[in-house]
Amino acid sequence: MIPLLRDIQAEVGYLSPEIMETVAEHLGTTVGQVHGVATFYTLFSTKPQGRYVIRLCDSPPCHLEGSAAIRKAVENELGISEGETTEDGLFTLETVSCLGVCGVSPAMMVNDDVYGNLTPESIPEIINRYREGD
Amino acid sequence: MAFYRAHILVDTGPPAMLKGAMAVKAALIEEIKRRGLDNEIKVVETGDLGVRGGGPALVIYPEGITYAGVTTADVPEIVEEHLVKGRQVKRLVYSETTPGVVETTERPRSKEMRIILKNVGVIDPTSIEEYIAAGGYEAVGKTLTKMTPEQVIAEIKASQLKGRGGAAFPTGLKWEFTAKAQGREKAVVCNADEGEPGNFKDRLILEGDPHQIIEGMIIAGYAVGAHEGFVYIRGEYHQAAAIMERAIGLAREMGLLGKNILESGFNFDIQVLRGAGAYICGEETALLESIEGKRGQSRMKPPFPPTYGLMGSPTVVNNVETFCNVPHIILNGADWFTAIGTGQSKGTKILTPCGDVLLPGAYEVPFGVTLREVLYNMAGGTKSGKDIKAVMMGGPSGIVVDSGSLDRRLCAEDLQPGAGALIVVDVDKCMVDTMVNVAKFFYHESCGQCVPCREGTKRMLETLSWWASGAGSESDIKMLEQLANTMSLSSKCGLGQFAGVAFKSSLPLFADEYRAHVVDKVCPTGVCPMDRVLEEVN
Repeated sequence: MIPLLRDIQAEVGYLSPEIMETVAEHLGTTVGQVHGVATFYTLFSTKPQGRYVIRLCDSPPCHLEGSAAIRKAVENELGISEGETTEDGLFTLETVSCLGVCGVSPAMMVNDDVYGNLTPESIPEIINRYREGD
Repeated sequence: MAFYRAHILVDTGPPAMLKGAMAVKAALIEEIKRRGLDNEIKVVETGDLGVRGGGPALVIYPEGITYAGVTTADVPEIVEEHLVKGRQVKRLVYSETTPGVVETTERPRSKEMRIILKNVGVIDPTSIEEYIAAGGYEAVGKTLTKMTPEQVIAEIKASQLKGRGGAAFPTGLKWEFTAKAQGREKAVVCNADEGEPGNFKDRLILEGDPHQIIEGMIIAGYAVGAHEGFVYIRGEYHQAAAIMERAIGLAREMGLLGKNILESGFNFDIQVLRGAGAYICGEETALLESIEGKRGQSRMKPPFPPTYGLMGSPTVVNNVETFCNVPHIILNGADWFTAIGTGQSKGTKILTPCGDVLLPGAYEVPFGVTLREVLYNMAGGTKSGKDIKAVMMGGPSGIVVDSGSLDRRLCAEDLQPGAGALIVVDVDKCMVDTMVNVAKFFYHESCGQCVPCREGTKRMLETLSWWASGAGSESDIKMLEQLANTMSLSSKCGLGQFAGVAFKSSLPLFADEYRAHVVDKVCPTGVCPMDRVLEEVN
């Protein structure tokens, strides 16, 4: 089920109730089972998300290296708080556990791209890259 | 295989990619072609070298010179000077005195003993030929043609190899249980769900030397009688999964995976499975549940995976680094392996110092080196130059030690390094603030299945947050210690059992600091907000 949900998430951006029903039917299982899986894993979303999902790491190595200031910088730049999506539908901000790039903490991911050694000053430039590429 | 007089390895790990590694690679290829050197010099990508800032870095062989912070504008000069005239471009050469530049394979690694990381950053991970040229798959050949499954298990048992994922369970024993278990199709699972904060060694191996993992898994499959292997890679590791997929495909083309491997009659194949963001899936039974397409919730143990694992079949679950030790033991023998390390911890361990440390990265050392050697002689001490206050051993689920433990040896007899993370906390940081962060992590990652963990992680976060806001009371300390004990005694799996370990172990070491928060309502380092107090005062 997980590979299927991963593909749908990547394609559609989120797992709607209708999608979960279809998946359950396709796999011959219950909607409850699919919903259980979809809500268990952080890379799945049951709500529509921005085109770019920003995942900020706040695990100990990043926390020690100042991830709080990075979060503030991202929030300022986008005008949203954790868990929210910008009005233009471009960005969703999430705080996540370790991304496994602790050698370059503090770090974040924008969709599949990893950014490390972040400073608050570096945030506008990174975000603009996606705004412009849109 | 064509002969090239020089190889340029471009670091294309995630951090280097951001600094334009692909543009540098393209510029190198272009420049080399323009000068008609493309038959002599090969440009290859390599995984993350553990580069810290300044990147991308590249290494030019045979000299093994590392250039750091290379831009496309530097490329013509490097080609002209180094590759045509044979002179180093001094201004870009990385040396250990370059302040805060990079960490590459050419770092001062004199104290390292690279066995598992030997090929990482040296060979092209997308080329199976380079792995074979470096002695790769020889161990599979030896296993399948000269050894019985019983001999393989006997050799691994004799080597005293223990799991490298943190739990340090004897690998040979695990294999023996699985081999002897009655059941349908058996399975071999590689746990590449590296989710414990501070650990990134498995990613470096996946990105830098994927065939070593495949080789270890084939040998495990042969030893226990399994024909199916699964590599469960965490959802966030995109590049690692892509490199691993490719490696498996190449091994299949060469007949090293699939039916009748090396004409031995042994069948074994591997598939990559991706996680979807759940720390708990690093726990072996939760991982198996996840492979089965379910919520990653841990199972009641026993039965353990060797008797009841994937779909109920006997299953070997080992960490990436554990599998990587296997080919070396098969080729060099258990005696060679047991000569490395200490009485109870044999072989090497990959450590990943990070946090407040000058040169974070992956360092492979024999068991038994001291914490000080790793943190000061290799990782360069703290970033700030100030003293080390504490180290989280193995990650937030491990114990916390203070600077009084710097001369302890990293091994089972003394100080266990867990999965290898050494999260350094310098004296400017607050222990309460750090523990709030740890508690937040476990609260977020608890699967919610059992009460002690689901409720315990929540209360732990709540209480510590009170302390950080100046709203704690002295009796909280005793209460929180009891809670940590209860959780470790009654939680169903490792997550809840270890969630309170960091706090509990830090309590006697930083008692004054904790008391200052709850009794005097003061954060000695000035990190915690203590805003509740201000409100009351105002």
